[in-house]
Amino acid sequence: MQLLSNIKLPAKIEYLRELISSVSHCAREQGFSPERISEIELAAEEALVNIFNYAYQGNEGDVEVICKLDPQDTLIIEILDSGVPFDMLTLGEPDTTADISERKVGGLGIFLIRKLMDDVQYQHEGPKNVLSLIVNKSKGKE
Amino acid sequence: MEISVRKEKNISVVSVTGRMDAVTAPEFEKSLSELMSKGEKKFLVNLAGLEYISSAGLRSILVIAKQSKAGQGEVIFSGLRGPVEEVFKISGFHSIFKIFDSEEAALNQI
Repeated sequence: MQLLSNIKLPAKIEYLRELISSVSHCAREQGFSPERISEIELAAEEALVNIFNYAYQGNEGDVEVICKLDPQDTLIIEILDSGVPFDMLTLGEPDTTADISERKVGGLGIFLIRKLMDDVQYQHEGPKNVLSLIVNKSKGKE
Repeated sequence: MEISVRKEKNISVVSVTGRMDAVTAPEFEKSLSELMSKGEKKFLVNLAGLEYISSAGLRSILVIAKQSKAGQGEVIFSGLRGPVEEVFKISGFHSIFKIFDSEEAALNQI
């Protein structure tokens, strides 16, 4: 496993852009297309915003974003926080067919992550939540 | 993200460019909310210059659309492209909103 980048910052919206740029920088260096980079940025934003809003429940805390390349040429973006244990992958899917009045505000972030990434994994390791966004280099997700 | 607004007859044409993410989406929501409180009802949101939208942007759009519908208004869209169009499709926004290829086509229909 090759470490590409590692950044740790306070889990606050003010740091979103900086955290996202570290992810896009890795993806760009690995030769992903601009379209795929945009999808990777989106998945990373959704995961990060979720952590900013819920992980520390009003207290201060950090978030760490690690980009790695595995021997199978797969980009792995690990997003770590030390907040309350929470597996966002257990949340149900939003109803994407409801009309304007019926449609619930929110719940789309995790749905987008699942749709756009090749795989997503959650682990609780010691005091940390670890969410891994997995992007295959060889083929885009259809 | 930049927002510019002009009036075509009784329609507010809102052009949004740049990135609508968790940082900028509240700005969009605030701008349109203020226009609605001034009595504007019909909105054409031109997204031809929008490069990126996340669920925070979709959320703001939905909040505005609900608010507008409650006041017998309407929000329609034009010019979606690339990742923005893709995110609209995945999220089912294509089936709940009227979306036109161009601003001209939208203005002829509203």
